[in-house]
Amino acid sequence: MGFDLVPILLRGLDVTVRLTLTSAALAFAIAIVAGLGRLSPFAPIRFLAGAYVEVFRGTSVLVQMFWFFFALPLFGITLTPFVAGVAALALNIGAYGAEIVRGAIRSVPTGQIEASIALNMTPALRMRRVVLPQAFVLMLPPFGNLLIELLKATALVSLITIPDVTFQGVALQQTTGRTTEIFLWLLVLYFALAYPMTLAVRWVERRASAYRKA
Amino acid sequence: MFDFITFRWDGEFALSILPQLLRAAVITLQATVVGFALAVVIGLAFALLRRGPRPISWPAGFVVEFLRSTPLLVQLYVLYFLLPAYGIRFDAFTTGVIGLGLHYGAYLSEVYRAGIASVDEGQWEAATALNFGRLHIWRTIVLPQAVPPMVPAFGNYFIVMFKETPLLSAITVTELMQTAKIIGSRSFNYVEPYTLVGAIFFLMSYPAALLVNRLEARLARNR
Amino acid sequence: MHATVDTPAPTSAPDAGDPIVRFRGVNKRFGDLHVLRDLDFDVGPAEKVAIIGPSGSGKTTILRVLMTLVRPDSGEIVVDGEHLYHRRVGDRLVPADERHLRKVRTNIGMVFQHFNLFPHMRVLRNVTEAPIHVLGLSKAEATERATGLLEMVGLGDKLDAYPSQLSGGQKQRVAIARALAMRPKVMLFDEVTSALDPELVGEVLSIIRKLAEEGDMAMLIVTHEMSFARDIADRVVFFDNGQVAEQGPPADIFTAPSNPRTQEFLKAVLQH
Repeated sequence: MGFDLVPILLRGLDVTVRLTLTSAALAFAIAIVAGLGRLSPFAPIRFLAGAYVEVFRGTSVLVQMFWFFFALPLFGITLTPFVAGVAALALNIGAYGAEIVRGAIRSVPTGQIEASIALNMTPALRMRRVVLPQAFVLMLPPFGNLLIELLKATALVSLITIPDVTFQGVALQQTTGRTTEIFLWLLVLYFALAYPMTLAVRWVERRASAYRKA
Repeated sequence: MFDFITFRWDGEFALSILPQLLRAAVITLQATVVGFALAVVIGLAFALLRRGPRPISWPAGFVVEFLRSTPLLVQLYVLYFLLPAYGIRFDAFTTGVIGLGLHYGAYLSEVYRAGIASVDEGQWEAATALNFGRLHIWRTIVLPQAVPPMVPAFGNYFIVMFKETPLLSAITVTELMQTAKIIGSRSFNYVEPYTLVGAIFFLMSYPAALLVNRLEARLARNR
Repeated sequence: MHATVDTPAPTSAPDAGDPIVRFRGVNKRFGDLHVLRDLDFDVGPAEKVAIIGPSGSGKTTILRVLMTLVRPDSGEIVVDGEHLYHRRVGDRLVPADERHLRKVRTNIGMVFQHFNLFPHMRVLRNVTEAPIHVLGLSKAEATERATGLLEMVGLGDKLDAYPSQLSGGQKQRVAIARALAMRPKVMLFDEVTSALDPELVGEVLSIIRKLAEEGDMAMLIVTHEMSFARDIADRVVFFDNGQVAEQGPPADIFTAPSNPRTQEFLKAVLQH
């Protein structure tokens, strides 16, 4: 059944997980900055953030990855494959994340803004203490889904020589030719990682909507 | 460290490879359109199967979940390497399109389910009370109401699929990404091909996204 | 049971009769709708004014313009001697910036129809948040003030509850305490009982009545509760079509209105 292949595939698990977590953390930070940037009262900031979001959402993550890996060295910046992969993933996912942040902030009921104005809060205080805490709960389910998309996107780094689980699978296939077993186990591996996350996101979704009805 | 100044954009080179890239863009578009058509059909099939009795809906649900939770790249490898082992020899393009159709068919089945569920239960009851046959109810009452809100979601997935076609380069389909790779490795000029490819993707997907947004807004207003 | 309401120190105005709120020629349009028409309107320093009128007449907009939730298209608003939307530069008036707005706005407080409590904060924190971060009170001072106010509105035992655990009437009472904690000179009430179940209306009205009887604040109350308005108001304003159609003491307006529109409105409203 190919059980002997699994440990070899799992050699790439460390890379896949590290890639996912690093990119996720970076993407989240980028998303907050860019999301807030798109809501900024200053037009230049809004424009910059908007340009970043539209460009990185509007082009393919694989193209971005290849660009960072192959094209950037010609500008004198040579990134290691891992860094190139993280950079492309974080910037791409961060762009989608920025829209989630923006959407969540705008979903906070206007009554909350009005109450904050009535209490004479500054816009910064209002954002920090009233809007963002409420927006955060709204962001969690879509970010959860985005995390699963990120996990799936990490498979692409195998194409820029990063030894993740997919890379191991392809290499194994080339040396042993046991195609069926290898790729089926590969799918099972990803499913085993992604499905619990899917369930967790659905659970968070239910909790979040209960909170909103209160 | 930062040799930005020593790099110069080779405009002539960029222009020279543009025709080749644009031809490849046509392949990309074809893959998207055919893949999406497949996904629309497969998605509906999945959605209908999931409304069936347990022995059918449960495996169908599992397949959908599995397709959505695993990377498209690996699914493409499976199709590309596995099918020939069972005597099915499709060319790379067909294999790629099938892969796209299955993967996004799973996503679209969720859109179908949400759309069908959004049609008021009362519509079903009223139609049944008026003694319409089930097929008739579907065709004339449920689908016409379910479809309009689904259209923006479909539009979005079309654009997503378009941006995922570079994955087909991994199974040797000569679409945009693969063409850029070939040009790059042949000439060692990577910046122009990859930048142009990025630009082509952006210039095609961004207006499309704006269109879908406009469509969504118009549909929201008409409800 | 007679806990006194905290009131601000009286302003050292040259003339104690100067209105605390003054609208002059205020206009506001929403698209084609001319919601406030050249409005002139005054409120005295401790006056309780009830504003009644048909929906769409603009009565809520008066409050929202005063609370700076909506900017007027033209006209001037003066609060406690200072222009709200304008600054004095020499002898000219220029449009004011956010900072000036905040300075003048500190005199105004508002209670909303839909409470707008902060759902992610407990009741006590809802009331202390602004005093601490806007007025600069210490946590101890703010807590003392908040506890006193929450006891006054009858919710001294709910300090640790979350808004989602409260009834509508309780939420509105917290909202009143929250607004009072800022010690405004003018309190605005925007149909604060309209979203409540009928049996909960009384508890909120009795709090407002207590404020009206004991407090030195000016109060602007937009309401549909006619008998309540008649009871507590010094002046009733019938607002119609963007303007003050008629105003006067409750006795005059409710028993012998002179404007036919007022008569029409009261007949329709008091019918049931």
